[in-house]
Amino acid sequence: MTARGFLGKVLAVVLGVGLVAGGWELFKAVVGVNDLKMPPVSEIAGTFFEPVQRGRSEILAVFLLKSAWFTLKEAAIGFVVGTVVGLGLAVAMLRSQFLDRGLGPWINISQTVPLIALAPIVVTWGRTTFLSDVQAVSLIAAYLTFFPVAVNGLAGLKSPDPEAVELMRSYAAPWGKTLLRLRLPAARPYLFPAFKLAATLSIVGAIVGEISAGVPGGLGRVILDFASRYSTGPERLYAAVLAAGLLGLFVFGLTNLAERIAMRGQPEVAQ
Amino acid sequence: MNANPADPAGTQAVAISGIHKTFNEGTDDEVHALEGIDLTVAPGEFVSLIGPSGCGKSTLLRLIADLLQPTSGHIEVFAKPAPQARVDRDYGMAFQTAGLFDWRKVGANIELPLELMGWSASKRRARSAEMLELVKLPDIANRYPWQLSGGMQQRVAIARALSFRPRLLLMDEPFGALDEMTREHMQKELLSIVAELDTTVVFVTHSISEAAFLSNRVVVLSPRPGRVHRVVNVTLGERTEDTREDPEFFKKATEIREALRSVEAAS
Ligand SMILES: Nc1ncnc2c1ncn2[C@@H]1O[C@H](COP(=O)(O)OP(=O)(O)OP(=O)(O)O)[C@@H](O)[C@H]1O
Ligand SMILES: [Mg+2]
Repeated sequence: MTARGFLGKVLAVVLGVGLVAGGWELFKAVVGVNDLKMPPVSEIAGTFFEPVQRGRSEILAVFLLKSAWFTLKEAAIGFVVGTVVGLGLAVAMLRSQFLDRGLGPWINISQTVPLIALAPIVVTWGRTTFLSDVQAVSLIAAYLTFFPVAVNGLAGLKSPDPEAVELMRSYAAPWGKTLLRLRLPAARPYLFPAFKLAATLSIVGAIVGEISAGVPGGLGRVILDFASRYSTGPERLYAAVLAAGLLGLFVFGLTNLAERIAMRGQPEVAQ
Repeated sequence: MNANPADPAGTQAVAISGIHKTFNEGTDDEVHALEGIDLTVAPGEFVSLIGPSGCGKSTLLRLIADLLQPTSGHIEVFAKPAPQARVDRDYGMAFQTAGLFDWRKVGANIELPLELMGWSASKRRARSAEMLELVKLPDIANRYPWQLSGGMQQRVAIARALSFRPRLLLMDEPFGALDEMTREHMQKELLSIVAELDTTVVFVTHSISEAAFLSNRVVVLSPRPGRVHRVVNVTLGERTEDTREDPEFFKKATEIREALRSVEAAS
C-alpha cells in the first residue's frame, strides 16, 4: 500500500467513526432519548479509561483487552476445529456421491437449530464427558464455523473446468494429487470469503457459548455482568459490546491479510 | 506417413477399430455420438479430424485419451490398450482453452506433468526452459499465465503437453480462439515443433485451411452419429508461407470442403 493509500484509509476510518458518533447524538437529540438508554458518546469513550471497579487500578480498556484475548483464544480453537471439519466434509462430499447426498441436508439443517438452544446442550453434554466448559465454548464456535467452510469449500473444489480435471487424468494423476495440485488451489477464491465469515462467526459463537455456559474470563461474561448493572453504568455495556465488535473486526482483518498472502500473484479481481 | 523404420513391425501410433459411443445409454438423454469408427494413425503422421459441429470429434479424441470409454470397439495407442497408454503417459493433450493454472507461473505450469512424474526440481527446470525455448518464449518462465496473450498461452499449453516428450499429441481445436494471423503463425510453429520432437498428432479442427495446411491426412466425419465419411490425403511437401498460395493447397482445401458439403447434404 502506498503512503497516500494508507493515509486515505485512516482518514476514511476516522470519518466513519465520526459519522457514527454524530449520528448517535443527532438521533438522541431528534427523537429525545435519555442518557440511560443511549449514553453520550463522550461517556462511552471516557469509560474505557476509567477503573473497572472502584479501588482497582486497572482501567476498563485493559480489562476488556484481557477478556477479548480470552474469548479470542476460544474462538481461534473453534475456528481451527471448524475449518478442519468443514474442509474434511467438503473433501468427503467431493469424493463420494453417497456422502454428498447423505450429508448435504444435515449440514443445512444443522444451521437452522438456533445456537442459543444448542449451546446449553453442548455445555451439559461436555460436562458429562471429557470436555471442560471452555472447550465446550470452542466447540460451539466450531459449530458455527464449519458450515460456510464446508459449503463454499465444496463449491470451490468443484470449480475447476472439466478440461482441467481431464488434463490431470491425462497425466494419470491420482485423486489426491488432483486435489492438492488443482482443486484446492482453485478453491481459494471460494474458501477465503468463507474463512472471513467463519472467523467473525467464531467470535459470535464463543461469546454466546460463554454466556450459556457461564464461563468467566471472556467478553461474554463481561457483557452479562455489565448488562445486569446497566442502570448504574450503561456506557460500560456499550463499551463491552463495542469491544466484541472490534474483536470481530480484528479477526476479519486477519483473514483478509491471510487471503492477500495466499492469493499473491493472482489477477486482480475487477472492482 | 509410412511405418516408422525404427518400428519394423509396423506398430500404429493409434489403431481404432469398430468404435461406437453412446452417451447415457438406455435413458431419455441417449446420444449416439460415434458409429463404427475404424482409423489408424501411423507414427509421425499428422491427422486432422473435421466434421460438422456435434459429430463427435472431441468424443473420439477423448476416447483415444482414455478420458471416455467406448460403448463397443477397441482402441490401441502404440500397440497398448488406451488405458495403459494413458497410465504410461504416452500422449500429451491440448484443448481450445489453454487451460493453464492461474496460480502457477508459466514455468511451473510446464513442469506440472513432470512434477507428477516425480522428476527432480533441477531436471524439471532444465526441461521447462528447453520447452520455452522451443515454443519461442524463452523469457517468460516467471510470468503468470494471465499476463500473457491468448497466442502465448496456447504456446505454453503446447510446451506443457510436450514437456515429457510424449510420442503422441492430441489437440482439440487448440487455435480455435486465436485471430487469423496468430493462428497461421502458430500452425507453422506447431509443425516445426512436432517435426523436431518426432511427435504424432491427432488434431481436431473446424477450419478447412488449417486441416489442409497441417495434415498428412484429413478425416472427414459425418454428422451425428459420427462416421468416417472420407479421408483426404494431403501431399504438399514441406510447409512454408508459400504453401498457402500453392494451387495444390487450394485443390486439397476444395476437396475437403466438398466432402464436408456432400456429407451435410446427405443428412
Ligand atoms: N459427456 C457427455 N454426455 C452426454 N453427451 C455428450 C457428452 N459429451 C458429448 N456429448 C454429445 O455427443 C455429441 C458429440 O459431441 P462432441 O463434443 O464429440 O462433438 P464435436 O464434434 O467435438 O462438436 P464441436 O465441433 O461442436 O466441438 C454431441 O451431441 C454432444 O452433445
Ligand atoms: Mg468438440
